Amino acid sequence: MEDASKTIHPLWLRLTHWFNAVAVTILTMSGWRIYNAAPFFDFLIPKQITLGGWLGGAIQWHFAAMWLLAGNGVAYLLCNLASGRLWRRFFPLTARAFVHDLLAAVHGRLSHADPARYNAVQRAAYLFAIVDTLLLVLSGLVLWKSVQFPSLRELLGGYEAARRVHFLAMSTLLAFVVVHLTMVALLPRTLLAMIRGR
Amino acid sequence: MIGKPQWLVANGGTILKDARQELGRRIEHPARRAFLQRTLSLGGVSLLSGCALVDADSVETALQRISRVNDRVQGWLFDPRRLAPTYPESMIARPFPFNAFHGEDEIPTIDENGYRLEVSGLVADRHPWTLAELRAMPRTDQVTRHICVEGWSAVGKWGGVRFSDFLRRIGADPHAKYVGFKCADDYYTSIDMPTALHPQTLLALTHDGRTLPPRHGFPMKLRMPTKLGYKNPKHIQAIFVTNTYPGGYWEDQGYNWFGGS
Ligand code: HEM
Repeated sequence: MEDASKTIHPLWLRLTHWFNAVAVTILTMSGWRIYNAAPFFDFLIPKQITLGGWLGGAIQWHFAAMWLLAGNGVAYLLCNLASGRLWRRFFPLTARAFVHDLLAAVHGRLSHADPARYNAVQRAAYLFAIVDTLLLVLSGLVLWKSVQFPSLRELLGGYEAARRVHFLAMSTLLAFVVVHLTMVALLPRTLLAMIRGR
Repeated sequence: MIGKPQWLVANGGTILKDARQELGRRIEHPARRAFLQRTLSLGGVSLLSGCALVDADSVETALQRISRVNDRVQGWLFDPRRLAPTYPESMIARPFPFNAFHGEDEIPTIDENGYRLEVSGLVADRHPWTLAELRAMPRTDQVTRHICVEGWSAVGKWGGVRFSDFLRRIGADPHAKYVGFKCADDYYTSIDMPTALHPQTLLALTHDGRTLPPRHGFPMKLRMPTKLGYKNPKHIQAIFVTNTYPGGYWEDQGYNWFGGS
């Protein structure tokens, strides 16, 4: 039995977090292989770090993992909203608090005394990851079904623009993940909490 | 693993042709081997997600199955009245990109006078069509975006007979599941009936105002702005209506069958 009073991360959060990490890994690596089939920048992604082997295989991985990402994401958001956790954990969030905590972090003075509370930088970073993932899903929907979602397509500036939006959202999510993993490496005790709950 | 197109056998296509095609595929897709290797190295992921460690074949089978689920989801999402966007002529890409499963030197040459379009399957009228007969049908033009599975797209102008008009003329069963196509370059593919009946689905006879050139599918291609490029067969020689899943050249290798946008 889990001692609810000591639980930092409820089980549903840990499950959705790790499923999300798997989905994002598959989608990113297979997405790179799809990008390579018709790159719109003058670089290719090294084949060794792509998934799927050939375009058809990469698309199969991509269009399978998208269900995991979307279904799991909806479960995460629903649990987060229904439990009121989203509100408690991520708000209030002010620009002042963000700058304050960011400066403190840079000077190595940011306290992690209470792992059950996210500081303003964490709040901003995690909210960014959530919104960015949403943008990835919506722009992906335009690429997959551009005729069936006309208002979404026009909102993103058409099919070709949606490709850039999708790529950009992937790049910024990746930047988040790099920072995220660096922070986890610096504070391994947070990783323990994301696995055990405490 | 790669199913041989049944109609090739049925039509008694030459062994040489078969062998060349088979060989062509091997050369074209050394990447398929890499697909399997990469799948194996993904054992870690399957462990993470709690599944038992699986071999490459069953991963491929699972992905294939999900792809068929995606076919159904797309069929369900497809709104037969929703139109693909059209564009001003100023946006037309010139020259329009060439893309096929073979090189430009293998574009089939088709004799205009000897050409006959065969029609078979669940249709009332099976008479073969000459080009003159097809050109005599009411025609329409459209400027739409061609989207390739690779990701690139290009705006082009196609003109021809509404495929729904043609299907009505030959008395095709509108409740049949599939319409299949066999092409002069041995390409083959098939589509769902709702897309076949979509108002923007054209039996295209012209490209950019001129007779469809050989590189873009002379004498005729099926042009669907609601589907990816590989679903739009060129050099069509035979059309059949059926309830038996006909597959397709790329689809049999793993491309999604519905392939629609
Ligand atoms: C294997 C790679 C990953 C590891 C080891 C990891 C680890 C962690 C840890 C330890 C936490 C808790 C941090 C804390 O207490 O402040 C966390 C939270 C979070 N991670 Fe990750 N993570 C990984 C991948 C990802 C990816 C790929 C994403 C998104 C694309 C992501 C998004 C998030 C978010 C949004 C939270 C906050 C969730 C919430 O509290 O609602 N993580 N992660």
